[in-house]
Amino acid sequence: MNSAHAPVASTTPPVNYLNATHGIKSWLLTKDHKRIALLYLVSITLFFGLGGLFAGLVRLELLTPQSDLLQPETYNKAFTLHGVVMVFFFLVPSIPAVLGNWLLPVMIGAKDLAFPRINLLSWYLYIIGGIMTLAAIVSGGVDTGWTFYPPYSTSSPTHVVLAGLGVFVAGFSSILTGLNFIVSVHRMRAPGLAWFRLPLFVWSHYATSLIMILGTPVVAITILLLAAERVFGLGIFDPARGGDPVLFQHLFWFYSHPAVYIMILPAMGVMSELVAAFSRKNVFGYSFVAFSSMGIAVLGFVVWGHHLFVSSQSAYMGLIFSILSMLVAIPSAVKVFNWTATLYKGSISWDAPMMYAIGFIGLFTIGGLTGVFLAVMGIDVHVHDTYFVVAHFHYIMVGGAIFGYLGGLHYWWPKITGKLYNEYWARASAFIIFVGFNLTFFPQFIVGYLGMPRRYAMYPPEFQVLNVMSTAGATVLAVGYTLPLIYFLYSLVKGAPAPANPWGAKGLEWTIPSPPPTENFLVTPVVTEPAYNYNPGREVEVAGR
Amino acid sequence: MGSTLPLFPEAASTQAGNVDLLYFFVVAVSAFFSVLIAALVISFAVKFRRRQPDEVGAPITGSLALELLWTIIPLMITMVLFVWGAWVFLDMARPPRGSMEIYVVGKQWMWKVQHPDGQREINELHVPAGRNIRLTIGSEDVIHSYYIPAFRQKIDAVPGKLTTMWFNATKPGEYHLFCAEYCGTKHSGMIGKIVVMEPDDFENWLSGGGGMSTSASGEKLFADLACNTCHLENSGGRGPVLGGVPGSLVQLADGSSVIADDNYLRESIMNPQAKIVAGYQPLMPTFQGLVTEEGLLQLISYIKSLPPASSQTSNGAGH
Repeated sequence: MNSAHAPVASTTPPVNYLNATHGIKSWLLTKDHKRIALLYLVSITLFFGLGGLFAGLVRLELLTPQSDLLQPETYNKAFTLHGVVMVFFFLVPSIPAVLGNWLLPVMIGAKDLAFPRINLLSWYLYIIGGIMTLAAIVSGGVDTGWTFYPPYSTSSPTHVVLAGLGVFVAGFSSILTGLNFIVSVHRMRAPGLAWFRLPLFVWSHYATSLIMILGTPVVAITILLLAAERVFGLGIFDPARGGDPVLFQHLFWFYSHPAVYIMILPAMGVMSELVAAFSRKNVFGYSFVAFSSMGIAVLGFVVWGHHLFVSSQSAYMGLIFSILSMLVAIPSAVKVFNWTATLYKGSISWDAPMMYAIGFIGLFTIGGLTGVFLAVMGIDVHVHDTYFVVAHFHYIMVGGAIFGYLGGLHYWWPKITGKLYNEYWARASAFIIFVGFNLTFFPQFIVGYLGMPRRYAMYPPEFQVLNVMSTAGATVLAVGYTLPLIYFLYSLVKGAPAPANPWGAKGLEWTIPSPPPTENFLVTPVVTEPAYNYNPGREVEVAGR
Repeated sequence: MGSTLPLFPEAASTQAGNVDLLYFFVVAVSAFFSVLIAALVISFAVKFRRRQPDEVGAPITGSLALELLWTIIPLMITMVLFVWGAWVFLDMARPPRGSMEIYVVGKQWMWKVQHPDGQREINELHVPAGRNIRLTIGSEDVIHSYYIPAFRQKIDAVPGKLTTMWFNATKPGEYHLFCAEYCGTKHSGMIGKIVVMEPDDFENWLSGGGGMSTSASGEKLFADLACNTCHLENSGGRGPVLGGVPGSLVQLADGSSVIADDNYLRESIMNPQAKIVAGYQPLMPTFQGLVTEEGLLQLISYIKSLPPASSQTSNGAGH
């Protein structure tokens, strides 16, 4: 770590939230939001490894055009489980449940979230849902794709109900986290911490929480209806029983499109923090960035029909969803421009978290712009359900959400653990992940426009070169992901103690010791300035006024 | 290892050029903004790199003018893209009148095709170049998607309803046919080829096969299922006269009216109680399970081939 500006003396307090109590029970029954965040950190890392394993199987199978390493049945289960595990058990909880849980109370100057017991309950629900899905995997897996489209999911001989109910239970974990965040932001802000003084991380988590509590119940109901159709033979989605399969797609995407914003909005919040801290500057257009989060959350609910342009949805309905999908691109563009403008006349350091932030801007720009291709109806007809779509959403979810998550994890690691990691390896891994990611997913745009459909175990031989590039990239990516696991764990044992504010950053979390005491603040802080006030001597107005 | 590295798909229909032109435009717009952002980020990050450990950035809070600029310009560009994309889409979604009609049924894991003259094929589709072809597509089991990359065309085959696709192939040759909607174990094996032929070759190919025409098969089925005991050629039957109904406006018993498109005809066979024609009793039984998806398309083809009933509008098809 670049410690040029770090205080020399360590400020690690003898008693902190990590060592205040001991024993496995003190962790499994904890009500401390910071410890719950760490429970989530360990569990989502395990699920990330599992989801990555399935991704590895998919990429290895696609090295050759034939179905040779895996039989098609196994391949179909591998991509389904990759999707289910990564979406519901890694991406949705990743930033909110780990970084959000740890930081949101600290950033608003509170001792904990509004409902600490409900917070612990949400982790248990996540684990129960995860175990149910693991049970479905161990007992033979599920092969419907993470989208569970009927009537295939009604007739598939695999463990659809068990996996679906796992997702259902985990959904409640997400609802409870959202509820906790919203109540905490409304009721528990420190004195003087007006809404427009909140860090943008808090704004984006507030917007995310709205989606969680409004959208997740819809997918929960949809999965229950699907289970009822399979178990009791009700005719809801299966046309052979009088149901409508397209109805499922409407209900599913009513949640699952906003769910994309559950994954990306928190990463955008992390981005604003990183860009401000490593430019030592207030975020350009603070209120525009804050309101664009809310705009994305609201507009995100009215664009789901762009997943149905070729599904027999009426052409005129398609037109409405196309224009609404164009609109949701605008607040995302506003954010990218504002982050870029923040760098102007900043004091920019190239520490590892900032490398992730800069990578995020590049990859999210490509991911967002290729989303516009999909909203353009005339192009979507051709590329729908091809690798073009696969590449697009991986640029958003890996290039966006995972870059945000890793950037945030590196930025707050010294605060969370009280230890410094190896800056050289951290920069190296950020670079390796960036290269590996682009090598994996950029060729998929090309093979997608060539017409290769997704979810294919076998493909025509002319697509092989691009697939080999993709698999090679995935190998690089796997190395890049493994490095942080090693040097983070190493830092816990051998890392130098972290000072309270190793980056010289602004924000309430950097005013308390690393790691902080269980109650975060021994004295309730009083906030007298806007966020990111790096020039206290000079008058800074709240932007946008 | 494949020895070729194609970077762009073949374009072999009248619509493919429209899609590609639009695509290149969006690629150009995207490349412009990506390069702009990347150039700004990298140049700022280098130019304003931290030189002293305790240095801070300049207190610049924002600019309303810039915010408006980067809200309005992207908004205008996306609106242009919306209109252009919708224009290309509506052309692709609406088959022209007088297209040659071919019926396609998807089932796990094959595509079955019936030509109007009775030719049948599986996982292949022979069509003449230079003619508007309209495909009416159904599914017997789960959702599939009929996808011809060289034509830039795709539509889902949805069980319980009929969908349509049209194209006009420009170049004789063989092109990929893929199932694009995941449909189970052998989804990636549900592929085939589109064979575009010179019109003369196509005529030869057609005459090589034979058997009953689709509408003749439909007529036989119409009799086998005893549809003709209620649906008479002229009024007086227990059911409406069917000649002239396809494409017309049908008055329903509940006072509403409906255009008799393929999906209406399909529903009236599979779920007759859903829409009752004004003046008739809900007597008709469902034919769900008694007629296959292909048989259904034959029945529809037959009903479409019927001449309008002589000077009668009392059959419910009156305007």
